Amino acid sequence: MRGNAFEAKVKGDGGTELLRLLHERMGEGAEPPGQAPTPDLAAAGPEGRAARTALALREATEAGGWALLDHPMLALEVAGSPAYLEPDAVVVHPDGRWTVVEIKSFPMIDAAADPSKVGAAARQSAVYVLALERVAVLTKGASVDHSVLLVCPRDFSNLPTASVVDVRKQLAVTRRQLTRLSRIEDIADELPPGTTFDLDGQSGASLATAVEAVPAVYAPECLAACELAFHCRGRAREQGTVTALGRSLRGELGSLTTVEEVLAAARGESGDPADPTVAAVRRAAALRAEAGAPCH
Amino acid sequence: MSLIATLARLEAVESGRAQPLATVRHRHLSERPLVFVPLTTAGEAGAPLGALVGTDRNAPTLLVVPQPRDRDLRFTFLADLAEAVLPYLDAYAADIELTERSETDPETGKKTKVEVELCADAPQLIVPGRAGVDFVRLLGRSMRFRRTAEQDPDAPYPAPPRVPLLGRWFTHYAERARTPGAALLLAATDLLNRHWATGQSSLEDQHLGALLAWIDPPAGEPGAEAALRAELARGADGQLLCPPAGPATDPAFDNRLLAPAVERYDRARQALQAAEDGLAADDRLGQLTAAEREIRRLLAAQLMPTWSAVWRALDLLRELPEGDRAAARWTSDRWSFTGHRDRITAGEPPQPRRDDAVTAATKLLRRERAQAELEAGEALDDPLVMAGRRLSGEAFAGEVVEVTPAWSESKRPSPRPLLTLRTDDAPHLAEGAKVYRSLDGKPQKAEFVAYEPGGALVLRVLDKMGRAKDPAPGSVPEKGDRICWTLFEHEQRGAPKLPDPEATPWTHGGPPGAATAEQPDAPTPEDLL
Ligand code: SF4
Repeated sequence: MRGNAFEAKVKGDGGTELLRLLHERMGEGAEPPGQAPTPDLAAAGPEGRAARTALALREATEAGGWALLDHPMLALEVAGSPAYLEPDAVVVHPDGRWTVVEIKSFPMIDAAADPSKVGAAARQSAVYVLALERVAVLTKGASVDHSVLLVCPRDFSNLPTASVVDVRKQLAVTRRQLTRLSRIEDIADELPPGTTFDLDGQSGASLATAVEAVPAVYAPECLAACELAFHCRGRAREQGTVTALGRSLRGELGSLTTVEEVLAAARGESGDPADPTVAAVRRAAALRAEAGAPCH
Repeated sequence: MSLIATLARLEAVESGRAQPLATVRHRHLSERPLVFVPLTTAGEAGAPLGALVGTDRNAPTLLVVPQPRDRDLRFTFLADLAEAVLPYLDAYAADIELTERSETDPETGKKTKVEVELCADAPQLIVPGRAGVDFVRLLGRSMRFRRTAEQDPDAPYPAPPRVPLLGRWFTHYAERARTPGAALLLAATDLLNRHWATGQSSLEDQHLGALLAWIDPPAGEPGAEAALRAELARGADGQLLCPPAGPATDPAFDNRLLAPAVERYDRARQALQAAEDGLAADDRLGQLTAAEREIRRLLAAQLMPTWSAVWRALDLLRELPEGDRAAARWTSDRWSFTGHRDRITAGEPPQPRRDDAVTAATKLLRRERAQAELEAGEALDDPLVMAGRRLSGEAFAGEVVEVTPAWSESKRPSPRPLLTLRTDDAPHLAEGAKVYRSLDGKPQKAEFVAYEPGGALVLRVLDKMGRAKDPAPGSVPEKGDRICWTLFEHEQRGAPKLPDPEATPWTHGGPPGAATAEQPDAPTPEDLL
């Protein structure tokens, strides 16, 4: 795939090209890196690699020069359990700043890339920044950049170009989401004893039952992000949940949460007319009918 | 989404069929649109793989790049695309009518009428979805700075003759597509979504097959089931029955069918190059042709369902009568087409990579204006759209229960009749607020005077009643008339004037340099486009 080939190209030759781009965009007067050390991060298991990464970061920061960490391993606590993350690269500046580098294969045409893809890259990088900060607080003289370097192919070529992406907003969002997550143990406590999601050793039906046992809050955005989306969508539709049609419907329809409830309220069959949402859907239904839309 | 549209979605869920969001068609459709269904190569962001293009639903032209990494093959594709598209555009460019336009004389500042050409109709490009619009923009960008051998004899990889011109047109069409309500380049999914609400989310509505399944499900089948089939169902060969509408392809297609076919093609090509005598070469040429034919067959099978779906979408849309103001907006599209035609004939260089400050600001203002005009126009053309504006308090419909003649207090009194209206709507009216109704297609203005104790409201009519002391016949509503008034204006007034490009302040980049042609992109060994 071109994506991997592109990353290899960007990092080739000891990362000189990558460091040159980074220095050009976020060097802030420091000496150009030229060749920089690329510490060996190999270790056994993710825990070992994360420890090795933390050590390499500390050493590079103490050394006070440039360093390029290729595929470092970072740990972040998510819902009470450690998750291991592997950014494309982290660069240590001579002043002790650490910058996350994200290498993507979508093109930057005339210095602008597809905003939705840049947004996704920014959200992803924000998680790395967050994980790096856990290491930085334990490292003297270190700080983590709240901007990341996004490296993409330039125009229609396979040559790299870069732009600096400010991820402060994504950081705030991610921080908030992480604190709001229910702890995995709490979710597990709710499940019937013996529930397992092991793919081997149980029938499809019992696996389905196991999955059903976990509460899910499906929204259409799941379709692009989660392999269970069609399953959860089917369930949400069966239950007639309005948010299966879009998250925004929850705000719009307030206390009316199912398709049936909303339509019954709209037809005047149920619902308290004093409830502003009920009044609004009735009014909307009346206007719609008056305008010639077929009613049932 | 307005609550009315939300209700329509919920009703679609219940009934298993999409529900109308409009009673008229809000976009002009050409009698003879050009449909363009492109595909790109997985992992080679933007490299074209193939396309169906044409104006005859029964005879699309199939264009294929058998090896997308090969620059020559891509150039052949682009050259063929230019041959498929440009004659279609040229035919419209040649058919003109003369009309008058007022222009300001730069010396005297006086407005004068000048006779100008306006193309009698404009070519219309339809792609399956929004990603198709983006791909037209990308193709436009990649082609418009290229140099042909004639323009630059030293160009290392000269582009085929008409390719840069196609790039300029694609760029123009993609740029025009950013203007709200414009119809030169349209996505079938956008068209359908404007006119119907399905029982799924707007994200799922981007899938042309699923969208059509809700709007026009096979007899007796609920929309949700038909849509699910369009999304997921695979044949015995593991391939999707309804392939994605592109430009991205399905990975199962890429890996299982396309990749082996391209590999066979590559091998056949190498074998041909290695052939030592004429006889062997003939034989291997035959193998190469067969390998290419197989790729064409595979791509045609991926593209045909989408091709048919786009035409089916157009059929469904044609069943709706076109809105009056949609037809009027099409005139702006004709101007846009004519203007670009003139820039090309005048020998202007291709559109720059980035707009200068004045051009960018002008475009933004025009788009904001177009947005306001579109919102007003759709509401005035369509009671179902107006219902949404009434619900939000931006319009109201009511019955005239009393008309009280009154006049302005001036030396030559003009009619200023008072109307008392009863309405169930709840408009957000402040005292003195202006409201408008459509009188023979022109807006008539009134102002809000007060609410009466019983809840009726009083308006004072302000214009369109003629010059005489008494209002012209038919210009004042009568008792019993039911009229819809809007709080928004029906037409946009002249846009605020921006400085001439020469007077751009330095804070905005200063006056642009001479309009010179930009340099082409330097070719590299691994280009995608
Ligand atoms: S689709 Fe995935 S993310 Fe969405 S609710 Fe289901 S399990 Fe959760």
